[in-house]
Parts: sequence; structure tokens; C-alpha cells
Amino acid sequence: MTEFTWLHWLLFTVIILAFVIIMVMVFIYLERRLLARMQARLGPNRTGPFGLLQPVADAVKVLLKEDIIPDEADKLVYWLAPVVAFFPVLLVFAVIPFQNGGLLADLNIGFLFVMAVTSISTIGVFMAGWSSSNKYSLLGAMRNVAALVSYEIPLLLSTVGVIIISGSLSMQQIVAAQDIPFILTQPLGFLLFFIGGCAEINRSPFDLLEADSELVAGHHTEYSGMKFAMFYLVEYAEALALSAIITTVFLSGWRGPLLPPWLWFVLKIVAVFGLMIWTRATFPRVRIDQLMALAWKFLFPLSVINLLITAVEVLLLKDSYSWVLVPINLAIMSILILLWAKLFKLGWGKIEV
Amino acid sequence: MSLNTEQFILNIGPSHPSTHGVFRMKATMDGEVIVELEPVFGYLHRGIEKLAEQRTYTGIIPLTDRLDYLSAMSNNLAHCIAVEKLAGIQVPERAEYLRVILAELQRIASHLIAAGALLNDCGAFMTPILYMLREREKILDLFEMVSGQRLTYSYIRPGGLAQDVPAEFLPALQKVVTDLPHFFDEYDQLLKENEILLARSKGVGILTREMAINTSASGPVLRASGIKWDIRKADPYSIYDRFQFEVPTGKAGDCYDRYWVRMLEMRQSLRIVEQAIQQMPAAGDIQTKVPALIRPPVGEIYSRTEVPKGELGFYIVSDNSIAPYRYHIRGPSLLNLTALRDMIVGWKIADAILIFGSIDICMGEVDR
Repeated sequence: MTEFTWLHWLLFTVIILAFVIIMVMVFIYLERRLLARMQARLGPNRTGPFGLLQPVADAVKVLLKEDIIPDEADKLVYWLAPVVAFFPVLLVFAVIPFQNGGLLADLNIGFLFVMAVTSISTIGVFMAGWSSSNKYSLLGAMRNVAALVSYEIPLLLSTVGVIIISGSLSMQQIVAAQDIPFILTQPLGFLLFFIGGCAEINRSPFDLLEADSELVAGHHTEYSGMKFAMFYLVEYAEALALSAIITTVFLSGWRGPLLPPWLWFVLKIVAVFGLMIWTRATFPRVRIDQLMALAWKFLFPLSVINLLITAVEVLLLKDSYSWVLVPINLAIMSILILLWAKLFKLGWGKIEV
Repeated sequence: MSLNTEQFILNIGPSHPSTHGVFRMKATMDGEVIVELEPVFGYLHRGIEKLAEQRTYTGIIPLTDRLDYLSAMSNNLAHCIAVEKLAGIQVPERAEYLRVILAELQRIASHLIAAGALLNDCGAFMTPILYMLREREKILDLFEMVSGQRLTYSYIRPGGLAQDVPAEFLPALQKVVTDLPHFFDEYDQLLKENEILLARSKGVGILTREMAINTSASGPVLRASGIKWDIRKADPYSIYDRFQFEVPTGKAGDCYDRYWVRMLEMRQSLRIVEQAIQQMPAAGDIQTKVPALIRPPVGEIYSRTEVPKGELGFYIVSDNSIAPYRYHIRGPSLLNLTALRDMIVGWKIADAILIFGSIDICMGEVDR
């Protein structure tokens, strides 16, 4: 465990802030360009070489915008909401190892900390929805809270398998335990975590809280200027945080041959984010009751079964937990998913009035 | 402890990303569920019917462009057929074929927008509609080639067409016709069995047979409810009786059927275009001699055609002057909206947007 000194604290705070801001800009650029390629168009290519300065131009534009506060808004809460939504995302990076031992605080409950902290964003979103006294905002915020209750449980349960194998909640230890990346030994866990994670950060196809075709812009409908930029930042910072968590927990974090560890870390993050862009370009949006049904009837039972299977495997093959299990677990995953897809019914959404 | 809940009114529109124009739905909500809905329109009213009474019969054509601006060619055709019937004007053979080709291409272009916009309402982030716009673009290029316009063509005139098609039109048309089936297959591959699309649209917003007839719905909305009614077959106008094509129908009358009927109709339209290209005389008149100011005899006529969105009818009363005495438009978009309330009540707000999108209206025609 690294020594916790003030210098260490200061250094990593700066690193994390710079990392998040720069990566968010990279993500915005990547998302716009990749989405454009997937949608048979060009995307921003006029600002700077290959449109690389587009995020900067966006930032400048949004800073110069007039800051509008609705008359009937609850001013204090309205002001605080973007901040409350943003800070938990930064806190996540406190326990993410950028390289061997390179992290702000190697908490022994690291993963639990991540899970707990990410849920706080929801409060910020709800504050935004409530305070802006707009019905669309409120609907969006309510959706977010309702969805949180559903996906948080399978999200956590799907990673318990990883924790059982690595025998620790510390992110550093989890990376150290991955001689084989957990995506191979825990494919089902990865899949469930990815789906749940997309719901958590409101990425498509679960972008219910800002469902642009229904709720205009959801919780940040009334926000403009810098406060809107904060929410925009939160959106991408959350995607970055989720990519970082997936990288650390399932893709063996900074570990990799030849290249320096931090580069591996960044590359894996970008790859995971690429997957998110892909899903966003592909899928329509699900409905709120369908998301909850998916979480409770599909993700939850599968994550419990995954936990059970992993526990049995670890118990039986404590020392030889290795490559043998990769094909077995992949087969189990396919069978379970096919079986559940047969059993799983979303049901009807009509309500008699 | 019991919490007090109350219903609230949510104004969806008139300025909302998914109302396809300035349409407003005044929804009474119980949480996410819509318990009562009142459609409000009229924001785009331009008085086209009254304007038409002061214009010559040819001068009305640009007004019809602005009814359903996504299918201007079909509107031109509908108007011209009405005037021709009223004034007893014959149309040359070649012009008839070209009209059919253009009208069917317009149907494909309009359905592409309808299907793409439906997917957008469903929450797909622009991908389907952009791919569909790519193909629509090719059709618009053809229209630009013949009329010089991309949206408001005013190309079809009483008695024929404004001018003959250029030499490069037919090869370009042939290429589009050969390419399109491949793209239709591509859409089917991506969307036909998309799990989320099925979950969102199957069984949602059902319009029953009886309700569809009672509300005088028409076009794909009617056919999706299982009624084989297509004016091209039931009451053939122009030369539609010379072509072989199917009238695809749905079973359940839900959003998915309305989407799927449109996808099938595009293939049928393509079939008609192919047959028309083969049968079309290579050369010939494009326009009969028509007086510059048409003065139809005293009388009235109701002429209807099958435009992409349904039955577009024009009721014209003539008093033997150069302008109609009364000009009434029966727009499919407006009448298809009649059942909107009954389809939406009981569904969630997300479904309401989808159901509304599946009707495929164009505000220019609703408010005219």
C-alpha cells in the first residue's frame, strides 16, 4: 500500500482532474467521429486537423452562453445539482490504479467504495429534475431514481464472482489477481456488469432519463451555459469512470505486455468506450418498465446464478483456477443466456384507466 | 401512511423534438401513464383552401406542394387528376407512365422518412434515419433531375408534365431501381427482428379493424389493421390497373404492423416502377394542349388518390371561371389522427411518442 502523504494526495488530485478533463474531451471527439462513421456521415472535421479541436470549440461556445435560471426554480438546489452530480464521478478515480501502485488511495474496500460513490450522482440528477420546476425534468429524474433501484443490485452481484476469485475488494488486488483477465473467466459477469453499467450511466439503450425523443432533454432541460456543460461533463465522465471500472475489474487494468502500463490502461478504456458508442449507434431505447423488468427478471437471476457457479468453481478448483475454466464458463454463459432469453418476457405495458 | 398523488397536465409540443412539426398533445398524466389526451393543432394553418380559390388551376399546384411536403409529387398528381377529371383533359401515354414512376418513387421516399422517424421516436440515436435518408437522397436526385427542385416540385401539370425528362434520367432511374432492393434487405436485416424494437412496438397502440373503419383512417394505418384497402386497387386512377402489385396488410394493427406494412409497400412500389419502365413508350408527347387558363365547366368533383400517407382527396366546385369556387382538401394525416386519443390512452409517455410517430403525419397537411 502506498504511503498516504500530502504530496501524494496533491499529485494524484491533479493527475485525476487532468486525466478526467482530457479523457472527456477525447471521448467527446471519439464519440462524435465514430458515431458519424457508423451513421454514414462525416462528423466534425472542420475545427483543427481532423476536427480535433471540436471539443475545445464546444467548450468555448458553452462557456459564452447565457446562464438562464427559471423563475420558479429552487435556486440553491438548482445551483448545487451539477456539482453534486459531478463530484462522485471524480471520487471513483481515487481508487482506480493507473499503474502498479499508482493510485490515490488503495482502500481495502475499494470496489464497495466505487459502487457506493457512483450512486450519489443520482441525487444530483434528482436535485436537477426537482429544482428546475419543469415536468420533463421531473419525469426524467423520477425515471433515474426508479431505475437505480432496479439495476444497482444486479450490478453489484455480477461482480461478486470477481471478488470471490480475487479474494479482495481492493482494486489493486483485483488487478493483481488477473493473470487471466476476468472477462475470460467471468464472461457472464462482464456482460451483466456492462449492461447494468450502461443503465447506471444512462447510455443508450437505457438513456431513459434524458430520452431526447420523449423528455426533450430530461433532467437538464432547463440548464444552460456552464451548468449545462457540467451535466455534459458528468455524462462523459461517468462513461469514463465506467470504462475505467470495467478495465480494472474485468480487463486486467494496467497489465499488458510491451507498452507502458498507463498506456495499456488508457487503450483498454478507449476500447470499452468504443463498445458503448457501438451500442449507442445500434439500439433503440427501451421503456422504463422494460428496463426494470430486464433488471429484475434477467440480470438479477443470472447474476445470482453466476455467483453460485463461481463459488462452486472456486471451492472445487481452488488452486487450479485457470485456463481450463475459460471454455467451460463461456459455454455456461451461452446456455444460461439462451435459456433465459426463452423464458424472459417483458410483458405488456398498457394500463387500464 | 399514505402519500397523496395527483394527476398533472403535460404539454407535449407544440415545440417538441418528436411531434413532427408544431403539433401539441395535451396529456393528463398519472406518473408516466397517460390517462387522457387532447390533440391540439392549427399552429401551421396557412389557409391553403381559401388561397386556392383565388388562383388558377395551374397556380394551385405550388400550394399542393406545401401540403405534405414529404410527398409533393403525389400531391401534384392528386390535384392534377382532379382538375383533369373536372375539365375532361386527356393525358398522353408517356406522361401517365412517368407520373406513376414519380409517384411511386415519392411513396418510397416518404415511407423511408416515416420508418426512419419512427425508429428515432423509438430512441435509436439517428442511425436508421440517416441510412434511410441516404437512399431517399438518391430519389431526390432523380426528382431534381426532372424538375430542378428537391422538395417542392410542381412538376406534374394538368394534361401531363411540365417538361420531358432529360436523357440521363432513365439510366439513373434504372440504377436506383436495381440498387434499392439491396438496401431494403439491409434494413430488414437490421430492424425486422430487433429485440428492442419488437418489445417497444409489438402490441403497442393497437388500432382495431372497427375503429380504423369508424375513424375513416386510410393508407398504411388502415392496412396495418388488416383491411385490404388501397385506392390504387379499389378505385384505380391514372393507369394503375395495368400493373401487378400486392396490397400488404398487417394483422394486429399495432405500431410494428404500421412500420412493417410501410417496409413491404416500398417493395411493391418498386415493383410498379419496374413494370412502368418496361411498358413505357420510348418517346411521345408529354403534355396535351391545354388552354393557359383552364375553365372547367360548371360542376363539382371529388377525386381521390392513394398518396403515401393514405387517401388524399380534392373536392373542387367549378363555376366556369379560371379559379375554383370551392377547393376542399381531404388530407390523410388529419383523419388518421382521429384515433390518436384512443390509441394512446393507457400507455406511457414513451409509447405515446412511438404511437404518434407510427401514424406518420405531416403537419403541413394536418393544418394546411
